[in-house]
Amino acid sequence: MANSQDNGKPLNVVGKPFRKVDARAKCTGQTKFADDIFLPRMLYCKILRSHHPHALIKNIDLTKALALPGVVAIITGKDLPIPYGILPVSQDEHALCIDKVRFVGDPVAAVAAIDEDVAFDAMNLIEVEYERLNTISSIEEAIMIDEPRIHEYGDEANIHKKVSLEFGEVEEGFAEADLVREDIFFYEGNTHLPMEQHAAVAYLDTDEKLTLWSSTQTPHYVHRALTKVLEMPASHIRVIATPNGGGFGGKSDPFNHEVVVCKLSMLTGRPVKVTLTREEVFYCHRGRHPVLMQVKTGVKKDGAITAMHFKSFLDGGAYGSYGVASTFYTGALQTVTYEVPRYKFEGLRAFTNKPPCGPKRGHGTPQPRYALEVQLDKIAEELRLDPAEMRRQHLVKPNTVTANYLRIGSMGLGACIDKIVEGSEWKNKFSWNVPQAEATARSGPGAVATGSTSDSERKLPYGKGIGIACSSYICGAGLPIYWNNMPQSGVQLRLDRQGGVCVMCGSTDIGQGSDSILAYIVAEVLGIDPFDIRVVTADTDLTPVDLGSYSSRVTLMTGNAAIQAAERARELLTIAVAEKLKLPIENISFAERRAFDVENPEVGVTFAAAVVLAESKFGTIGTVGSYSPPRSPGKYKGAGVGPSPAYSYSAAVAEVDVDPRTGIVTVERVWIAHDIGKSINPMLVMGQVEGSVYMGLGEILMEEMTYRANRNLVHKIPSLLEYKSPTTMEMCDVKTYLIEDPDPNGPFGAKEVGQGPLLPVPPAVANAVYNAVGVRIDEVPIMPEKVLKAMRDKAKGGSGRFGPTSIPSVNWPEPLRVLTPAEGGDGREMPSVAVHS
Amino acid sequence: MAKQKAHISFTLNRESAEVAFAPHKTLLEVLREDLGLTGTKHGCELGECGTCTILVDGRAILSCLMLGLDAEGRDVETIEGMADGAQLHPLQVTFADTGAAQCGYCSPGFLLAAKELIDKNAKPSREEIREAMSGNLCRCTGYIKIYEAIEQAAARMRGEEMELPHESVYGL
Repeated sequence: MANSQDNGKPLNVVGKPFRKVDARAKCTGQTKFADDIFLPRMLYCKILRSHHPHALIKNIDLTKALALPGVVAIITGKDLPIPYGILPVSQDEHALCIDKVRFVGDPVAAVAAIDEDVAFDAMNLIEVEYERLNTISSIEEAIMIDEPRIHEYGDEANIHKKVSLEFGEVEEGFAEADLVREDIFFYEGNTHLPMEQHAAVAYLDTDEKLTLWSSTQTPHYVHRALTKVLEMPASHIRVIATPNGGGFGGKSDPFNHEVVVCKLSMLTGRPVKVTLTREEVFYCHRGRHPVLMQVKTGVKKDGAITAMHFKSFLDGGAYGSYGVASTFYTGALQTVTYEVPRYKFEGLRAFTNKPPCGPKRGHGTPQPRYALEVQLDKIAEELRLDPAEMRRQHLVKPNTVTANYLRIGSMGLGACIDKIVEGSEWKNKFSWNVPQAEATARSGPGAVATGSTSDSERKLPYGKGIGIACSSYICGAGLPIYWNNMPQSGVQLRLDRQGGVCVMCGSTDIGQGSDSILAYIVAEVLGIDPFDIRVVTADTDLTPVDLGSYSSRVTLMTGNAAIQAAERARELLTIAVAEKLKLPIENISFAERRAFDVENPEVGVTFAAAVVLAESKFGTIGTVGSYSPPRSPGKYKGAGVGPSPAYSYSAAVAEVDVDPRTGIVTVERVWIAHDIGKSINPMLVMGQVEGSVYMGLGEILMEEMTYRANRNLVHKIPSLLEYKSPTTMEMCDVKTYLIEDPDPNGPFGAKEVGQGPLLPVPPAVANAVYNAVGVRIDEVPIMPEKVLKAMRDKAKGGSGRFGPTSIPSVNWPEPLRVLTPAEGGDGREMPSVAVHS
Repeated sequence: MAKQKAHISFTLNRESAEVAFAPHKTLLEVLREDLGLTGTKHGCELGECGTCTILVDGRAILSCLMLGLDAEGRDVETIEGMADGAQLHPLQVTFADTGAAQCGYCSPGFLLAAKELIDKNAKPSREEIREAMSGNLCRCTGYIKIYEAIEQAAARMRGEEMELPHESVYGL
């Protein structure tokens, strides 16, 4: 692969803390986000949304709205009859609902008017007649209630997807175990909450070319969806992803508002803009799925896992979105941290009448990771093992294949654990003598906080606790969203005779710095300064396809494509320079904007002169590079989710203070180590780690998508004031360690950092809360009232646990059985056996 | 649909300015829509997130909660006026250089809130910075790089050179 280490040549750009190539524009107000675009004669769009969670649309009367002066066009579902959706298997959305609405916020009609106020007034004059339907409000209801169906497709009435996979004989594994634990957890849904509300501007010009500017993470997929829904050739559609004011996965679907402004521009011949309100962003959602989980794990006395059976139940909301992938992700990555020789996964995604869930930072994996890491803590306590050491001893080995056929390359988790154990002074702080806390909790608020007498061997005072958790994440999904044999990422380079270099790539900068990564890598290979480079990205007219900013794929995939393109350009320059200097090709090196003789560095030419030599010899200099991930060894049905060119690893220790009078959890400090492979820019890596810790804290302590407890399923808190997210006052101190264990599949050895470091934070905090006050909160987020309830339960002689106690009864399909690599499997499922003969 | 436009004169980024606009508009809308200064962002338009922070008479205010009409005669500073000509404000330099701006959407609001802070307190402690920034939400950074950028800019404005600790850039 195009993984250049440049034969030990010192790195001049990679590994250095350069500022981002667009950083100053962002600090001067020059960056143009989608809502900053104003075009002449532009119209403004407002979308009427359903206020019913589930209803048939009987009639829509536009008469009054159309009569309002300033209204230019109004469209409804019949104007856009073709369905779409991000996954080929879930084409279940319409830009505007045709015959039925499925959640409060589902779009029904769209107005284009001369200004936003007129559009808003017209929207409120549209009269829609609904016939209400009963709602499906929860996973349990979706499983039990067949009618009414939310969708006419899916595995069962209101069950979108049901999967069952078994790798090896798990029952044999449980039989070998010294201890088998079964625990139930619930992870509440939460949302991305990017600071920028989604916005889009569309314009069909008179030469019949349609341009859409949109705050999307996936311009290529939007391009495809528009082609389908608008029935317009892709060659007539240009999608430009504007800089995203935060994405976190929430701008990864093709959205109804994007389709709607295109259609309105086609009808009016004028540019049309839509900017969602903050409330509408909550309805757009596609955030973290609420997941109910049951984990059964068998271990030997030393904590070695013998088998695991993981069940997950996802509340998908009203549409498919990425949900089928999300479902598989809740079962895919349990095997890549600690050795799990036999593994069974059963997963179910329910349709409910709530805003659709989708991918949020960590896509489908923070929930099972929380369950797994909290359960391991419980196992370590039962076995009286140090939970850090127990994890450390049973790590997956590098360069192996897991029971579910994920190929592990580099694996730096051991080093991560060592760093945080040392840095946090874990051994001086951790003990299993968790507080009993009878005296305090029984007397409730106002009581003086003192631990019980059995705390004599505790290392931390009562109310202070420490916890550990580990995790892993993919560096890019192994497969694209739609089946094809083309590269996942393409880069094009253009070198001009003045020495200018332009790098073009379909990737989308969502704030993580992907534009800069392209510049750093090309600069490194060509020996120039990253700020000499012009970066053009995320424009389907100008840039080769990259699938988008999701699945932590961008650095690895665009990075490898950029290396290939840059090496091809350097080769042309090398040939021309070597000829001019009458030197052998292998003598030519590039650095400090020069091409020179490695043996005699003062002999050389400037970079610009090298381009002139190459252009004189070869003609216009342009090269391309592309990247396709390696094939995965898994060949069974369902093996498409989980494979990745590499896996990043993280470990975190959290130290908390729990106020026993209020139940308020304060996270004081997090030590986190992340196995980055190699930092292309350590400063940006640090920023991703710190931001991930922040987002993980929000998820474990306060963030939740909740709906009113009646059948109306209205979002309780669709505002930034009431949807609590951490401010500076809640953010903890973070001590970050970067582990560099280069991965052969990564560009310069680099792995991902955008998502992985979020994963260990929620379970580390939950484990620390237990260590502090002796209660298990098996439900995310850990709100003060849950802590208090658990403490009171414990004081009354209960278990001191807060969390779900049962899972729905489900007729799971007969599992697809796959022999593990250790059992001599070939990655394919075994022929199904008729068991009910 | 004839609307009676309001008209105000005020000081905008150290220059005198006049603008006509629909009288119900907030100063945020007037700046973005009627004056073309889109550097000031909106995150909620309800005063919850701090993204639209600007300086009015040197004080950080939420422009989504102030009527355009109330800017009459006032001294307004937005992100576009923070640099001195081509010379960036030290805060803009350090925000860019330390990675305090990731997606950059909240950055203008943070920068102006930070400017108010260090205009009043040349050597703010970490705790004072935390408190002063507590009205501004950032979903990308975890705030740490923002603190470091403010500390570094404040030091430079005092004429001191302050390098970021090695661990802030490379980890421990």
